[in-house]
Amino acid sequence: MNLLRLPQLRLPRAGNGANHFGPLAYLGMAILAMVAFVAIFAPWLAPYELTHMDVTRQLQGPSAEHWLGTDENGADVLTLLIYGTRVAAVVGISVVGICSTVGVILGAISGYFGGWIDEALMRLTEILMSFPGILLAILLIFITQEPSIPAVIGALSVSGWSSYARLVRGQVLAVRDQDYVEAARASGLPTWRILQRHVVPNTFAPVIIQATFGVAGAILAEASLSFLGLGPQDMPSWGGLLDQGASYFLLTPHLAFVPGLAIMFTVLAVNFVGDGLRDVLDPRKLASH
Amino acid sequence: MITFLLRRLFTSIFVIIGVVTLVFLILRAVPGDPVESILGEQSLEVDKEALRECLNLDKSLGEQYLLFWGDVASGTLGELCDERGVTVMDRLVANIPATFELALAAMFFALIFSLPLGIAASLRPYSWVDNSSAVIALLGISIPNFWLGPMLLILFSLTLQMLPNPGSEVAGLTALLLPAVTLGTGLSAKLMRMTRSGMLEVLNLDYVRTARAKGLPRHLVILKHALRNALLPVITIVGLQFGALLTGAIIVEKVFARPGVGMLLLDAIEARNYLIVQGCVLFISFTYVVVNLVTDVVYGLIDPRIRYD
Repeated sequence: MNLLRLPQLRLPRAGNGANHFGPLAYLGMAILAMVAFVAIFAPWLAPYELTHMDVTRQLQGPSAEHWLGTDENGADVLTLLIYGTRVAAVVGISVVGICSTVGVILGAISGYFGGWIDEALMRLTEILMSFPGILLAILLIFITQEPSIPAVIGALSVSGWSSYARLVRGQVLAVRDQDYVEAARASGLPTWRILQRHVVPNTFAPVIIQATFGVAGAILAEASLSFLGLGPQDMPSWGGLLDQGASYFLLTPHLAFVPGLAIMFTVLAVNFVGDGLRDVLDPRKLASH
Repeated sequence: MITFLLRRLFTSIFVIIGVVTLVFLILRAVPGDPVESILGEQSLEVDKEALRECLNLDKSLGEQYLLFWGDVASGTLGELCDERGVTVMDRLVANIPATFELALAAMFFALIFSLPLGIAASLRPYSWVDNSSAVIALLGISIPNFWLGPMLLILFSLTLQMLPNPGSEVAGLTALLLPAVTLGTGLSAKLMRMTRSGMLEVLNLDYVRTARAKGLPRHLVILKHALRNALLPVITIVGLQFGALLTGAIIVEKVFARPGVGMLLLDAIEARNYLIVQGCVLFISFTYVVVNLVTDVVYGLIDPRIRYD
């Protein structure tokens, strides 16, 4: 799948020239480091308290006191944007952490043991994957009355693990009958140890690549849910700002403009890093050059 | 061929049974009393009883499941409790054309935008055309469409005055243009990269070189020999992404205040109308399963290399 491949800059091809990160991957990492910094130090960076609202100054344009203007409640948009970084970071990392862990474990079990357990797990992933995009998350959040951050993370993880499981299963099938695994079995190693030491590590490269792009997907999914009014209600999120911004965008275009840029650049940065990792980690890519 | 079709059909039926069961279970897992969450705590006991009966919540879980299947099998997807005689399917049917129109227009835009750019990029790999199309593709998948939509509206309707103002009643193609572009951008980016890598794979193959060597004009080789084979993976993506377009339509319909299945779903979520929510979710995933089935079969029919045994 070469969907997101970046142009290879024309670097010298000699030696192991393809085996390092390109400039865009470093740019992506720099942007992500900045996002992480803002997320961690949000209370010190934000010009106002999170609870600060000035009802006499609603929906104002940018000014000296409010660099990005104010929202419909008179809250400072820059403050909300800075705190929103936390939601994006927490949701992006947690969803991918949960999905990849569950997916690797179930995928490894499925591929290694085969039989009815493989059959059952793969049918389950097929059912979960028949809900395109965030549809299943929309349904799950609908039944929780007050969506919180854990609810959003849970809803996005319920269907998200299946693609990791299928990826890992395929990788495990490819190595499970290799001689070195056979040798490990013959030497009497317990099954979980064979999986842990000899089988699963072989699946890590594609999982890391998919997980990186997964962070971008999770951030976009959370923003989409928030935009639909189904995001976390307990914290300001970028998508929520856009939801508000969209209702007033003819009056105050700035309200939606900057949060959208924040989402876009964060997602773009994650994709840059994902492309860089793929160029470094994916052996098939290197072979095709 | 027949065995392949039957096996594929069997999987799809199994998946649909799974989807129906999962949707049923999720909606029965609502914490607290769903009737109270719909009517409010202060509502009359009579009303609560009536709604409970209408939603079949007074029956056992097994009976509810069977009744649910009855509604799915009969194609009504249940009768609305607040409007007797109107079924969920009636509501869906009223909204489906608008959503399909949007999704197909987005697909059309994605194809006419991505194919030429993808081909151009593959003909000169690592040139400026290729590099800039790669950047456009990355931007395309990173832009949230609920942001792109409003920005396009501001740019084309308000600043440039090229398209009708939002809210003004304009029928026809112009009203469809911005929503379709908004919805199709992400898909377009993916298709562009697929076309490029598909073309790159076949351009160096022997049969393409042979076609060139026997003196066929370059454009004929590209269009007739290379593109036809490069397009196979593109067709799969187009099929797989149709479901994603239907989900994306929920967002785009909200951005442009367009009627459709997405708006129906969002309004039903707001009003906590369980029947319509489950109807919309079932409709979108059924469509997805059917389109995937059709894609698989079509792929098999057009690619002679695929065997069915």
